[in-house]
Amino acid sequence: MEQPNNKTEAANENYLELRGINKAFQDCHASQDVSFGVKKGQLVALLGPSGSGKTTILRIIAGLETADSGEILINGKEVSDVPASKRGVGFVFQNYALFRYKTVYDNIAFGLKVNKWKTKDIRERVNELISLIGLEGLEKRYPNQLSGGQRQRVAFARALAPNPELLLLDEPFAAIDAKVRQELRAWLREMINKVGVTSIFVTHDQDEAIEVADEIIITNAGRIEQIGSPMGIYRSPDTAFVAEFMGHPTRIDNIGSFCGFGQLGPEYHAVIRPENVSISKEGETLRYEISTEEGIVERVLFRGREMDLWVRIHGILVQGMRKIEEEPVQEGEKVRVFIYRAYVFGEDQKVQIIGNSLINTEETVII
Amino acid sequence: MQNGCAGAIASCAAAAVERWNPILKEKKRKKKRVIPGFGLSLGIVTAMLGLIVVIPLCTLVIFSAQLSFPEFISTVTRPRVLSSYAVSFRTAFVAAVIDAVMGTILAWVLVRYEFPGKEIMNGIIELPFALPTAVAGISLTHLTTTNGWVGSIFYRLFGIQIAYTTIGITVALVFIGIPFVVRSVQPVLESLDPQFEEAANILGANGRQTLWHVILPEIFPSLIAGFTTSFARGLGEYGSVVFIAGNTPYKTEIAPLMIMSELQEYDYASATSIALVMLLAAFAILFINAVVQSRASRIVSGIA
Amino acid sequence: MNTKKNSGPVKWLLIGICAVFLTVMLILPLIYVLVTAFREGVGAFWEAVSDEYAVKAILLTIEVTVLTVIFNTIFGVFAAWLITRFEFRGKKIISTLIDLPLTVSPIIAGLIYVLTFGRQSALYPYLKEAGIQIIFAVPGIVLATIFVTFPFVSREIIPVLTAKGTDEEEAAALMGAGGFRIFREITFPHIKWSLLYGIVLCSARAMGEFGAVSVLSGHLRGKTNTMPLYIELLYQGYDFTGAFAVSAILVLMAVIILVLRSILERRGKQETQDA
Repeated sequence: MEQPNNKTEAANENYLELRGINKAFQDCHASQDVSFGVKKGQLVALLGPSGSGKTTILRIIAGLETADSGEILINGKEVSDVPASKRGVGFVFQNYALFRYKTVYDNIAFGLKVNKWKTKDIRERVNELISLIGLEGLEKRYPNQLSGGQRQRVAFARALAPNPELLLLDEPFAAIDAKVRQELRAWLREMINKVGVTSIFVTHDQDEAIEVADEIIITNAGRIEQIGSPMGIYRSPDTAFVAEFMGHPTRIDNIGSFCGFGQLGPEYHAVIRPENVSISKEGETLRYEISTEEGIVERVLFRGREMDLWVRIHGILVQGMRKIEEEPVQEGEKVRVFIYRAYVFGEDQKVQIIGNSLINTEETVII
Repeated sequence: MQNGCAGAIASCAAAAVERWNPILKEKKRKKKRVIPGFGLSLGIVTAMLGLIVVIPLCTLVIFSAQLSFPEFISTVTRPRVLSSYAVSFRTAFVAAVIDAVMGTILAWVLVRYEFPGKEIMNGIIELPFALPTAVAGISLTHLTTTNGWVGSIFYRLFGIQIAYTTIGITVALVFIGIPFVVRSVQPVLESLDPQFEEAANILGANGRQTLWHVILPEIFPSLIAGFTTSFARGLGEYGSVVFIAGNTPYKTEIAPLMIMSELQEYDYASATSIALVMLLAAFAILFINAVVQSRASRIVSGIA
Repeated sequence: MNTKKNSGPVKWLLIGICAVFLTVMLILPLIYVLVTAFREGVGAFWEAVSDEYAVKAILLTIEVTVLTVIFNTIFGVFAAWLITRFEFRGKKIISTLIDLPLTVSPIIAGLIYVLTFGRQSALYPYLKEAGIQIIFAVPGIVLATIFVTFPFVSREIIPVLTAKGTDEEEAAALMGAGGFRIFREITFPHIKWSLLYGIVLCSARAMGEFGAVSVLSGHLRGKTNTMPLYIELLYQGYDFTGAFAVSAILVLMAVIILVLRSILERRGKQETQDA
């Protein structure tokens, strides 16, 4: 995990480095003191809800927006005053921004023509890219004659054509049908590995970020909340925001009122995830029977691999799950709920992972 | 005095340009624009705007500032001038009302019905944009005199004279203004989902209720926009009106004609005074329109 | 569907009202011009329009129209580019100023140029010294016509460019393309029909402008008389056949413009649907 404060050391190994970037539009702070680094060859996701400033960061790196203050270093060189076209950055727009009046071939070739490549080299490079993205035979098509997935591939090839060192993708899957999206994620991951280009993509979809990225940067209200590997972020969120953003969380105010968390005062709130909850039918034997809460099942949803349950405890609807081999649970049934662990935070919004006090104290991890 | 006025214009234009540049520069970092051509476009646009619009309009303001106030008042309150204002306002208003009604019906027919000749009807709406106003003026005049094709009918049946009366002026202004209303209302009606009306029908509304409570509120802002444009245009219209008006003092003299006749006597002070009042009236009308539009858009977005 | 069937009689009543209104208000004047122009035979028509002064008026009208269209097209394209591609302070002022001429009476448009360049203007001595005459001469006519048709081209392009967004231009600029190339290869194909439509509208109005030109023209036969002014002159001299003959040419132009307009509109609609 990068330590943003550790500037000098990080600069040596980071291909891209942002230091203290600020950007405001009128009265809205789109970026506040944003700092992070990206190593060469990495695939990084900027993940956050819409309006969290992730696209702004991407546009600032590309040079499409100018930061009010702060530094951007690409390959150790400050590029704030370098025009966008000279930064060696490829950009895939959210709606691809393909040139509607140009064919697939001309779209991909445009950047090369502008940079005065020789016609022969252009043809070679474009053909190479077209076969890389698997669209042979469609060179003469116009963008509106392509499917969403094909357009994305063309946009990807067009951005890669001039061999950029850094590839930026703004919500690359947003404009695509859910079915094709899954397939394209794997495709994109594979392509980027093959080409070996350092890449950053913006997304609001945590599954997408977890599945595709080497590293995730979580943004919220113009700030960076946490940087880390997908697993690291999922397992140990630093802040209340991250805990509430990742997974399928249920927020519980005053966690102290729940069995096994009585040591926490009323100022503590918590987030729990379905996988931290065990739900058992009345009469099933339980290890921590004393520490269970009684709840009423409100909704049962069959998900294929498991059953998702929503149980009301103390007026709060908690999501949990049961394996399908287990005896089924009915809506309206009374069940026992045991919470293994919770992501607890107080006023300062810093998250502690606290296990149920009835389990061995060893299992309590505090960060 | 008068040399100072040219200097004032020049420095005013320069100040306008200067005002934009430092604002762009004074930011901590000079804002880079990704799409090229900002400086060139801004330069060309401000230069052309300055030459064609800003400097001449500034001259008007500066020139009128030199008029003495009592003189201005006495010019614009001369009975003949006052009656020309009255004629202009009355005819332009009536014409705009007729345009609003007919324009809405036309837009409705063009959007909702299929019938032979619809394409031609749609195409001909913009004739008043394409036909020179002077041509329209002389043609309408000849048609509506007491022995013209249309005028004779009205004269014989109802004893109404059209040409050389305020009715004639109104007819010419209806001609000029009709495309403004149609072209303003038509797109809104087109985008109005018929499901709206179907929903109203299913809820039991009859045709009239649907019209008053569903359709009219939707097209109201565009109708007002079309109405005010044709009203403002009618106030300033000259070409088509001078021929049909007959230009009898106190009866069928319109305000633009008053300006024209002052100009022909080289009485620029009077011409400017009269023009200033007309200009303010036109701006007031557009301002009212802007208020209506912003209020209407607030209602629509508030509901949605 | 249902509503349409129910309103059968209403439908035909409304169509009837519209047909009568349009026939009386718009079509009849057109027909009247043509009928009167040819009432005394084609020979009389030809004589009227081939008159020395008529020809000069036609040529001057063409000259003024061409100059106006060139000026306003250049302005319109740059103004549309400026307003739709960039965010900057003063943008609102600029777009208000561009549309301002639409609300100014043509007579007042003429008046402001008289005040700016006429005898009582501060510029007048310099202009006189340089031997430049603007008022009551062709330059004044051109200026006034430009003023009256000022926003015609930009108003047609701006909505198209606004709807299109700036993505494509940004993408092209990111790849290092220059402004002219971006405009020609990326932007122009999107706006060609609306640009052409704007030019058509602009020429129609430029050809027919009467009020503003009337103020600034010295009404000199053969020198500063455009076609509409020449028509007025003939009309006031009770030469109705002559006046309507010259008018017939303008009527013909108007019809051509309307036909062009509907073709362009259909073309533009088709392309936006395809894309």
